[in-house]
Amino acid sequence: MKTDIIVGAIILSSGITPFDPSAREEYGYTKYQNVVTSMDYERLLSSTGPYEGEVLRISNKKHPKKIAWIQCVGSRRVTEGDNSYCSGVCCTYTQKQVILTKHHYEDVECTIFHNDIRSFGKDFERFFQRAEQLPGVEFIRSYASIEKEIPETQNVVVRYATADDGVKSKEFDMVVLSVGLNPPKAYKEISEKFGIELNAHGFAKSDSSNPIQTSRPGIFVSGAFQGPTDIPESVFTASGAGSQIGELLDYRRGKLAKERIYPEERDVSAEAPKIGVFVCHCGANISSVVNVPATVEYVSTLPNVVYAKEQIFSCATNSAREITDLAIEKGFNRVVIAACSPRTLEPLFRDTLREAGLNQYYLDMANIREQCSWVHAKQKDEATQKAQDIIRMSVARASQLEPLQEFDLPVDKAALVVGGGIGGMTCALSIANQGHEVYLIEKNKDLGGMARRLHTTLEGLDVQTYLDDVIHQVYQHPLIHVSHEATIKKVAGYLGNFTTTVETEGRVKEIKHGASVLAIGADEYKPTEYLYEESDQVFTHLELEEEIAKGNETVLNAESLVMIQCVGCRNEDRNYCSRVCCSHAVKNALALKEKTPEMRIYVLFRDMRTYGFREDAYREASEQGVQFIRYTPEDAPQVEAVKEGGKDVLRVLVPDLILGQRLELDADILSLAAAVIPAESTHEIARHFKVTLSPDEFFKEAHVKLKPVEFATDGVFLCGTAHYPKHIPETINQAYGAAGRVLTLLSHDTVIASGSVCIVNEYDCVSCGACITACSYGAIEFKDTPKGKKAWVNPVLCKGDGVCNAKCPTNAIALKHFTNEELGSQIDAAITHEDIIGQMNAVFEEA
Amino acid sequence: MCSGRVDLDFILRAFSNGQDGVFIGGCNLGECNYVTHGNFDALANTYLAKKVLEHIGLNPERLRIQFMSGADGNLLAEYTDDFSKKIKELGPLGKSEGLDKNQVKFNLEAARKLVPYMRLVERERLRVPVKSKQAYTEFFESQDVDRLFNDIFSDKLAISQIMMLLEKKSLSTSDIAEKLGLNSSDVSRHMINSSRQGFVRYDTASNCYALA
Repeated sequence: MKTDIIVGAIILSSGITPFDPSAREEYGYTKYQNVVTSMDYERLLSSTGPYEGEVLRISNKKHPKKIAWIQCVGSRRVTEGDNSYCSGVCCTYTQKQVILTKHHYEDVECTIFHNDIRSFGKDFERFFQRAEQLPGVEFIRSYASIEKEIPETQNVVVRYATADDGVKSKEFDMVVLSVGLNPPKAYKEISEKFGIELNAHGFAKSDSSNPIQTSRPGIFVSGAFQGPTDIPESVFTASGAGSQIGELLDYRRGKLAKERIYPEERDVSAEAPKIGVFVCHCGANISSVVNVPATVEYVSTLPNVVYAKEQIFSCATNSAREITDLAIEKGFNRVVIAACSPRTLEPLFRDTLREAGLNQYYLDMANIREQCSWVHAKQKDEATQKAQDIIRMSVARASQLEPLQEFDLPVDKAALVVGGGIGGMTCALSIANQGHEVYLIEKNKDLGGMARRLHTTLEGLDVQTYLDDVIHQVYQHPLIHVSHEATIKKVAGYLGNFTTTVETEGRVKEIKHGASVLAIGADEYKPTEYLYEESDQVFTHLELEEEIAKGNETVLNAESLVMIQCVGCRNEDRNYCSRVCCSHAVKNALALKEKTPEMRIYVLFRDMRTYGFREDAYREASEQGVQFIRYTPEDAPQVEAVKEGGKDVLRVLVPDLILGQRLELDADILSLAAAVIPAESTHEIARHFKVTLSPDEFFKEAHVKLKPVEFATDGVFLCGTAHYPKHIPETINQAYGAAGRVLTLLSHDTVIASGSVCIVNEYDCVSCGACITACSYGAIEFKDTPKGKKAWVNPVLCKGDGVCNAKCPTNAIALKHFTNEELGSQIDAAITHEDIIGQMNAVFEEA
Repeated sequence: MCSGRVDLDFILRAFSNGQDGVFIGGCNLGECNYVTHGNFDALANTYLAKKVLEHIGLNPERLRIQFMSGADGNLLAEYTDDFSKKIKELGPLGKSEGLDKNQVKFNLEAARKLVPYMRLVERERLRVPVKSKQAYTEFFESQDVDRLFNDIFSDKLAISQIMMLLEKKSLSTSDIAEKLGLNSSDVSRHMINSSRQGFVRYDTASNCYALA
């Protein structure tokens, strides 16, 4: 049946297709049974996969002892049928597979044949180190192909070459092809149907000033249809596409929404606890280790349990429905779900209780997956015992649970954006275009941030023209109020109701707002190495870009220019990759080659990390004669200032790893890839907004993959390089993403605050003030009562950490949902029934 | 809920129930999920509880705190394995310490009664001004703190134990001294003080003390 749907805007999130290596002779995929793709391997690792999570060879169903991964399959090649771009995700997913494999099978030897290691994402460098340092894991830098299968064993021989040993062959039990990402299968059809243009690689064509917008107004793209992307980028482009559609259709927001009506809550406070327990198989995640039927049988015998049942997936819609129905039918007043961590699914299960007319705080989750079956795969009996212990404790707590009420807080409809760079401005504009006031705080005299120093992008964006346009839009927007030369003095309040005190151009003002976005950017590292600031021939890449744009004759007329990558990062002080510098080097090199084709340019690198379509520019630079020379940190380049033929040159000494000799490069100009480092104000801003920092001192998002623009602190969001170094188009993506999340908050009139907050029993309170000192949120104060001054908790400010509980000498303050009774009963239930009887016997004997 | 919510009483309660070891997990120090940095409070509580355990003859290694981030599942597994190994080495509570099980329970219950008092002491005299692991370690491992703890805790524990004995029946000073392995002059001192404070009364007929 054909249906016409009339819509105001469209989002295309058609994702990607894994590269199919079967057409390529050299990999023997489909020809040899023990050659699998990384997607196949991902299935092998999965507990819902073909062997229920066991990694087995297809040929003989035995565990492989030697596994090889071949990187860049289908990527970074210009041969017919391959992709010229870098798929960007394979290096890290391979490392993940290696870590998981070693976790399951300690004695497996893992060999990874790779080109550059592209750990350019947040915390990826550390992740790579973790994989590399595992025993029995070897990373070999070499192209590799499949030579043959050994007929008797069906083992696979990989052929590769290294600089030290030349061409070699090695036998493996299994080979994993780390395949790249192709555009969606139906990309041609999509482009024709929707009337959008594609780029040369078959992904959606977009402008780098707004990568979410396709060539056709009103049609947007999110996720990997923009180009190969990892999960966080997919998440924030999705949210960003939502925000851009909000700009178009805000006047219709909520028109199709229906309010959820729950049955009236049953007052069960007078009833004895009647607990229903549901034990989840989680497919095979739990039941392949824990004996679920035996556990259900055991649980049925526990005090207060009136019903216990197993479910294949408790979170499936029909199972959740079943919980609701059974709760009504059997009349439970409390529910225990024995499944996974409450982190993800607690809201869902709370909802099933509400559907059954029960207070949602009558739920407890017993985590028998992450904390049991996943860690005890090899000890099935003990794991079953432990699952039963965990559930028994959960049941004990559930018996003590009390109904709690959540409450609505009003939302102030304005937003505060800290930082007037591209990220902050883009975010501010998107929020303001959806009808909300925005206060934009900039520490400098002018808007623009780091982008003031950038002139082009690899994609060809004229940054200064673009920036002027954005700044103009910001100043023209009636809903955006800019504060210049501003510093934040104080931030008070909470989600939906912040009051921020700002000093701007000598005046102090208070701003009330419902949401905050931190887009404070990053700084450039000031190198202490390679004669920087000692010789006027040494620049950073950013400075070089500025000199090129200015037309500095000395730079443009240089005969020889050397770039050194990874200066100030990927080292002990800063254990991360600055992500942008490889592309920056290539961009500068191409700009110089265009102006002065005869200039000799050398790029000294560790791993070229021109991920995604940037790989094309790297290849282009190489074709234009830019020489890329790899070095290792153990034998880093050395620079000395010398006179050669009457002119000052910088002599760069670097070992050539391929030819095995030392090169001596005389450079007129030396350009350093200075690290991107956290902005100076990061700590201060973090303190004001009560947000946390990652190990490298960039802002720490709420979840690295799933909540990349939110902080764990409610109502505070982030975007741009304050989160981690990134390119302009990536910052723009994330800025729209943050705007989207801000709108989901500001478009509501109220927000719901948790019922799990502290409360003081005035009768027990001795007014010592211990709780007031312990509270970091200023949520507790003395209040006059007929019995004198007593501590009082403002439930709106209380965040439920409960530190005050452990300080009160009279136990007068209690964190609801985590009371002494609730936790104490759980602690007591950690001892088994038999143990309790044993102890009682001992007491009787004594008596 | 923050690791700072882990009450001194929870720890002693678990041991009193007969647990052979207690493990506390918290966020990395300096990386608070809230803004409270309550994991330092958890650390302080752990040090205090270890001193209590030591004081009543239990191996303080039966209690351990480790810090890790939400993404450190592997570390949690590693720490747990290591701790389990340690506890297996130590065996059932009191056994490697050469203590009687009921005596251990009695002492732990007596210590639990002091938790409110210990909270006051912690607040007033055991505050570490700098929130760093080094500062906490240095402070709690210093001899001054040890001395302070012994000064204030041993008397209070003895009194708590005496009260628990008297709950069951009236006893003479020498009975008490014998049951608790204390010298009679100390017991007399405690009894005189407690009687002054109105907690106990002396029955001249039987020569015994009873709860007031």
